[in-house]
Amino acid sequence: MSGLRRLFRGARLIDPESGRDTVGDLIVVDDRIAAIGANISAEGLGPDVEVVELDGLCLAPGLVDMRVQLREPGAEHIESIESGSQAAAAGGVTTMVALPNTEPPVDDVSVVEFLARRAREVRLAKIHTYAAATKGMHGKELTEIGLLAANGVVGFTDGVKAIADALVMRRVLAYARTFDQLVIQHPEEPSLAGAGEVTEGEIATRLGLAGITPAAEIIMVERDLRLVAITGARYHVAHVSTEAAIDAIRRAKAQGLPVTCDTAPPYFALNETAIGDYRTFAKLSPPLRGESDRQAVVAGLADGTIDAIASDHSPWDQDSKRLPFSSASCGIVGLETLLPLSLELYHNRHMSLLDVLRRLTVAPARILRLGVGGLAAGASADFVVFDPDAKYRVETDKFRSKSKNAPFDGRPVQGRVELTIVDGRSIFERAA
Amino acid sequence: MDHHAYRHRHLLGIEGLTPEDITYVLDLADTYVDMNREAEKKKSTLRGRTLINCFFENSTRTRTSFEVAGKRLGADVINMAVAVSSMRKGETLIDTAMTLNAMHPDVLVVRHPESGAVQLLSEKVDCAVINAGDGSHEHPTQALLDALTIRRRKGKLGGLTVAICGDVLHSRVARSNIALLNAMGTRVRVVAPRTLLPAAVEHLGVEVFHDMAAGLADVDIVMMLRLQSERMHGSFVPSTREYFRFFGLDEDKLKAAKPDALIMHPGPMNRGVEISSTVADDIDRSLIRQQVEMGVAVRMACLDIMARELGNGPPIK
Repeated sequence: MSGLRRLFRGARLIDPESGRDTVGDLIVVDDRIAAIGANISAEGLGPDVEVVELDGLCLAPGLVDMRVQLREPGAEHIESIESGSQAAAAGGVTTMVALPNTEPPVDDVSVVEFLARRAREVRLAKIHTYAAATKGMHGKELTEIGLLAANGVVGFTDGVKAIADALVMRRVLAYARTFDQLVIQHPEEPSLAGAGEVTEGEIATRLGLAGITPAAEIIMVERDLRLVAITGARYHVAHVSTEAAIDAIRRAKAQGLPVTCDTAPPYFALNETAIGDYRTFAKLSPPLRGESDRQAVVAGLADGTIDAIASDHSPWDQDSKRLPFSSASCGIVGLETLLPLSLELYHNRHMSLLDVLRRLTVAPARILRLGVGGLAAGASADFVVFDPDAKYRVETDKFRSKSKNAPFDGRPVQGRVELTIVDGRSIFERAA
Repeated sequence: MDHHAYRHRHLLGIEGLTPEDITYVLDLADTYVDMNREAEKKKSTLRGRTLINCFFENSTRTRTSFEVAGKRLGADVINMAVAVSSMRKGETLIDTAMTLNAMHPDVLVVRHPESGAVQLLSEKVDCAVINAGDGSHEHPTQALLDALTIRRRKGKLGGLTVAICGDVLHSRVARSNIALLNAMGTRVRVVAPRTLLPAAVEHLGVEVFHDMAAGLADVDIVMMLRLQSERMHGSFVPSTREYFRFFGLDEDKLKAAKPDALIMHPGPMNRGVEISSTVADDIDRSLIRQQVEMGVAVRMACLDIMARELGNGPPIK
């Protein structure tokens, strides 16, 4: 036995993969979990074992964030792999998957190799990437899905753009199925959304902003589900936000279609009133919805129709957000608020702690076949230690992300990350 | 030889032919293979007959093959490149057929870019019509020459396993071969990315594969299809390099097939797209040049048969 040996003692061990929720210890040897349980022996570890007393803090698999934008290559002044990884570490995220909408976009093996090299250099959270489903994300021609998958790409999507053309989408699905690859859709019919920027309704009308009917989501999802039925491809809907789409996905799952979906905290933590006084920090795509849709998202998470919660981390600098509403960019930084905002579902008694964590760990890991997200002996030592009850207010100016665009500044939350471990290494420790 | 074993006025497709029909054509073609290897290659079987090659789509190989076949049988062969004449002037297909018919040809060899067009034309003329390829539908003489090539090399068609690989979706060669090989008791597989397979292809009597290693396992014949350039750059497959990597035939993928498996391609080949040069030029395994030779013999047999039917009074429907 050599290298790093650490004993994490007296934790509340929570592992949604096995259903474990018990007090106990966890031993890490090198980059692996060597043992986990209530009465495990530290004997034989030798004298130089490091003991970490956790005093009842929760120890759970590291969060698996299936949707982040890291802006590198191309816009490193907004976010970089380094700063995004620091934000992930502070947020308890040990694995994240980047969208391909960089400059150049991830539509070629060379960009995938660049990202892998940068991730190795930064060496904090584990980073995977999606690749564009169509060349340049122009929605016309297929990318080299076979070669990209062989180089480690975990799914195919045109990022924040829907794959709009039905025939192109059919071919993307059919071709991806040939290589058993996942296709991820941004669920909004662009020809219906038009130049809209918020959900249509009273608030949009009072503010004089161009609205998007929530039907733009269900139209795209229903269309895609029919194409999935034809092609049999694995299909994932990103950030679902409407009751209609969630219902359609629930029915599709009942029929046995290979369909999964995620949502992001803004869609259950906020509704359209957050755009209030033209608050561009609450401008998202898809836009924030009405209260009944927000409640449907909560219900979809609770009953498992929504498989996963992703941060949908979308960094923007001040220049992109301090603009008239319709000129401002869409998106919220989310890596550092993913856990506390998700824990609102637990504190508000919509879901058990185990179920909330499932949506953040093993569920996305399984959808993407990442082989992480659990605490079994022999697994990668990727985990987060957190206090689920610690009360504090979100302070966006303390974010490690280069960008601070979140509408949650000052929001009282519960649940704080204390320690983040990747491959046995501490990548984040809260300062005492 | 039984002169009535093939009782069709035209040759529009393999679909509808019996195994006896097919065997009859192949047996006759065998005799022409021998004749074509002699110094004296000319017969007078079709003397006085007029054969018009009527190609509404560009072709060099097939048209030349029919021209050689017709001339060796003594027919007067006229080549009409319709792609650059009447169609441009707006004449309808039926008007073209009527015009040709008025010239009293005995056999029309027709290629057309639209599926079903050759049959439509055949209904409007009094002579025999041979389909030299209609859209994505049929190319019967190609399937017959492929069958002759296989039969001469393997001694049989029944009991063999043939993998047809590549752009099955757009391929008339694939459809004719599937029909013929099924009729003759050959096991047929298709291997392609899902974007290049037509819907319900499994209902045509083939096993479907999307992976070359699995699809080529233990096959006797690997039949590669041409990938049209307009399909190579994103619409059906992302790039030629990805296509070659996963679906192009090279020595490595060929290892899955039987050690004595043979390679075929209807031509013209895209080297480095659907087939590597090493494999295409392997004189022990590649039948690609033999296919061209068999093409002339098969077309002679077809012309011979068509002309015999014409000679017996009113055409037999």
